[in-house]
Amino acid sequence: MSISNETVEKIASLSKLKIDEGKLDETRNEFNKILDWMAQLDEVDTDGVEPLVSVNAQNLVCREDVVTDGNKKAEILANAPASEFGYFSVPKVVE
Amino acid sequence: MSELTKLTIAEALNGLKEKKFSAKELTEAYVHKMDENRRFNAYVSETPEIALKAAEIADKNYAAGTPRALEGIPLGIKDLFCTKGVRTTACSHIIDNFVPPYESTVTGHLFNAGAVCLGKLSMDEFAMGGSNENSCFGPVINPWSKDVPLVPGGSSGGSAAAVCAEMCAAATGTDTGGSIRQPAAFCGIVGVKPTYGRCSRYGIMAFASSLDQAGPMGKDVRDCAILLKIMAGYDEKDSTSARKEVPDFEKVLGQDIKGLKIGIPAEYRPEGLNKEIADAWDKATAILKARGAEIVDISLPHTKYALPVYYIIAPAEASSNLARYDGIRYGNRVDGAHVDDVYVNTRTQGFGKEVKRRIMIGTYVLSAGYYDAYYVKAQKVRRLIQNDFNEAFKRCDVILTPTSPTTAFPIGDKAMMENPLNMYLNDVFTVSVNLAGLPAMSLPIGLASNGLPLGMQLISRAFDEETMFKAAYALEQDAGFKRK
Repeated sequence: MSISNETVEKIASLSKLKIDEGKLDETRNEFNKILDWMAQLDEVDTDGVEPLVSVNAQNLVCREDVVTDGNKKAEILANAPASEFGYFSVPKVVE
Repeated sequence: MSELTKLTIAEALNGLKEKKFSAKELTEAYVHKMDENRRFNAYVSETPEIALKAAEIADKNYAAGTPRALEGIPLGIKDLFCTKGVRTTACSHIIDNFVPPYESTVTGHLFNAGAVCLGKLSMDEFAMGGSNENSCFGPVINPWSKDVPLVPGGSSGGSAAAVCAEMCAAATGTDTGGSIRQPAAFCGIVGVKPTYGRCSRYGIMAFASSLDQAGPMGKDVRDCAILLKIMAGYDEKDSTSARKEVPDFEKVLGQDIKGLKIGIPAEYRPEGLNKEIADAWDKATAILKARGAEIVDISLPHTKYALPVYYIIAPAEASSNLARYDGIRYGNRVDGAHVDDVYVNTRTQGFGKEVKRRIMIGTYVLSAGYYDAYYVKAQKVRRLIQNDFNEAFKRCDVILTPTSPTTAFPIGDKAMMENPLNMYLNDVFTVSVNLAGLPAMSLPIGLASNGLPLGMQLISRAFDEETMFKAAYALEQDAGFKRK
């Protein structure tokens, strides 16, 4: 299965990335090479095999629903590229 | 003074207890080495002031007769671990100004035990790579290099190089597909990837959450055993950390390995395997056999599928984990007219080439229409790979393989640069272990004819690091490898 330039652009857009100018064909070829290589999994019979999501899923337990942390506005905002009035600030979202 | 940096952690702790030297002298010796070896580019942030302050406290504790387990031992920390108040970048431009307001659980354990922080170590950006060439701070040079600068391996390349060049007593690493073991092999040191869940992932910037594990990288097997005991343990801040008692790994070192069953997997000797690697493997097998271990031929039939499975699952998880880097809450922001432009501009300029490649591959295999064909398929084969190990461990106690199919290669190697698949193939012997969640370690066995170290990998059952350590110690004793 090989993918088109259009698909590569769609994937980039979903990833919130831009393909470098003039690099679309190169990126597509690289992707196709990697996807071809991944296709070798098709030869493995996986009928009836349960997908392995986590090696220690049995570890997951619910904790008590209580507040354990908080009141750290200054620390949370300390690394913000831009903040105003105690909030993260961003360019206008709604016209 | 310079001799102090040659000491292992075990030796240094003895020396400190016996007051042969002070923690301040030990730290100063390492700071001096960091200066002397700056050409290797192993550190991306140095914190000598923090280190010396911690060393002073250590000396007070020794004077008071109340030293903690790692009192005064100077460590380097991979720049993926958040360190409170010390810049942490994952070696990515997108967050190269990030100063964490909190401490990762693993580094917290180390520092609470009295360890001294010398600084942060280089790595492949977000731990994606096998050569440390993907660091935004430039490549790290393997201290074993002669005429041509060689890679230290990756992604924990700065950690491996720093331990090798005595720029720290030991270092932390993380291993998602071989990122502790392969650089340990390339630099002739010992590196341990514990069972998934053994060490908390809290405060370690996430790459592939179902595979990532932290572990120690040290001068010898004993040092790694000492460190792992302190790094490990259940943490309520990481829901995947295991509620298991942490054993005293050091206790098993030196125990008899007579009758221990060592599995040798046929699939790890593919046609065309480098002869010197194969010979080193035979040598290691012979050493264990001479110690009375029983050698058992085993099969891990789905081995050849581990790489494609890994390169679907790891990028899929990465594409999700790295969605948080959008220029809004932390890191660098590249402005745009609309908030969506901010995301795209920030990420396009902030991430390096390999990271972008993996985010896009991951996005593709998770996207509507391809999810079952790639992602779910890979998870199913992942189950078969785990089943292979379960079967194998019915017949043996520990598995012995080479760590890497090659020794360290030159920086800027053409074949690796031109085709990312060539770089991915370096992980052929290491990724299966992460997929199955098992513990594994690499230790040096000898030198190849090119003068570079060769690493052997030992794999044991989940939460049975003790057997692995026991076998590794025996192998280390008889291999007689001389540290650089």
